Amino acid sequence: MNVGLYVWQRATAALMVPLVLVHVVVIFYATRKGMTAADILARTRGSIAWASFYGAFVVAVAIHAGIGVRNVLTEWSPLKERSASIFASAFGLLLLLLGVRAVAAVVLP
Amino acid sequence: MRAGSGQSKQQEATKESMSDRRSELTVSLWRGAQQGRYETYKVPWRENQTVLDVVTFVQRHLDPTLSYRFSCRVGMCGSCAMTVNGTPRWTCRTHVASVAKGGRLEIAPLANLPVIKDLAADMRPFFDKWQRAKGAFVPSQTRNDEIERIRPDSAARIAADAAIECINCGICYAACDTVRWNSDYLGPAALNRAWTLVNDVRDAGNAERLQAVAASGGCHACHSHQSCQELCPQRLNPTASIAGLKRRTMWAYLKGEI
Repeated sequence: MNVGLYVWQRATAALMVPLVLVHVVVIFYATRKGMTAADILARTRGSIAWASFYGAFVVAVAIHAGIGVRNVLTEWSPLKERSASIFASAFGLLLLLLGVRAVAAVVLP
Repeated sequence: MRAGSGQSKQQEATKESMSDRRSELTVSLWRGAQQGRYETYKVPWRENQTVLDVVTFVQRHLDPTLSYRFSCRVGMCGSCAMTVNGTPRWTCRTHVASVAKGGRLEIAPLANLPVIKDLAADMRPFFDKWQRAKGAFVPSQTRNDEIERIRPDSAARIAADAAIECINCGICYAACDTVRWNSDYLGPAALNRAWTLVNDVRDAGNAERLQAVAASGGCHACHSHQSCQELCPQRLNPTASIAGLKRRTMWAYLKGEI
């Protein structure tokens, strides 16, 4: 890992600390209140706030996990750095696509 | 605190070994190169015997073809490090009583380095990485200039002094998990050296040095497992030096300097 990847990984980790906490509180709130899927969608659809919150979360996860997977591959697999970078970028992109799809499903009207 | 607890552990190990005192030690030594096998020797047990004494006894009395490396025998030169019962140690300052288990010693060359023969590891990759980390002092003045006055209580000098007493024994390098996983990683000793120079106000090579340690395989590859500071015979803390380099290079990167 070079300094650029280090900074991105640490920055996305710092960003995710409050996001994870809010996400956990949201889960507890939704389950304790016994909210149905319809109740949740009624609050999230068309909401710029929830779209920004989970959109930022998805981007941070994709970058953070991509860099982490690259590290694991370079240290623990026979892959060379370049191959590990390609695989990890593809993995990060997959996370980004799946995440954006999931966010779109709950926030688009 | 760390030194105290380490000392009491060593005392306990010594007591255990003393109670287990016997007239001879069973010593398994690595023979061969990268491929090889352990061969077992019986060595007389002696009071205050070091691991290096044991290896020397084998070479002088049992098998003169045994190869190993040592020089000063007093913990100054850093030549005699080997793997003793699975842990890298400076053998000239390691008492048998503190490490022998049940009167047995297993001694191998340092890990994470190629083996030349028997107990002698090839140190070239270790020192090549000192070069890669820009571990050589780059003077900022000539011999015609006034000698620069360095305040011993300045923050930079305190940081450099804390890391300066490395004897290049390679124990931290052999103990490092990250070196084992990533042969490109510069390792604790080279990075510790770079940190001392980063804090040396007389040095003029920091732009290149920060670039070198911030690249792939540099300080950011460290996982802070701290085996280096746990086993350093000089009680240095390369993990702390590497953390310092991470901070310094991060700010240099954010400011666009590297």
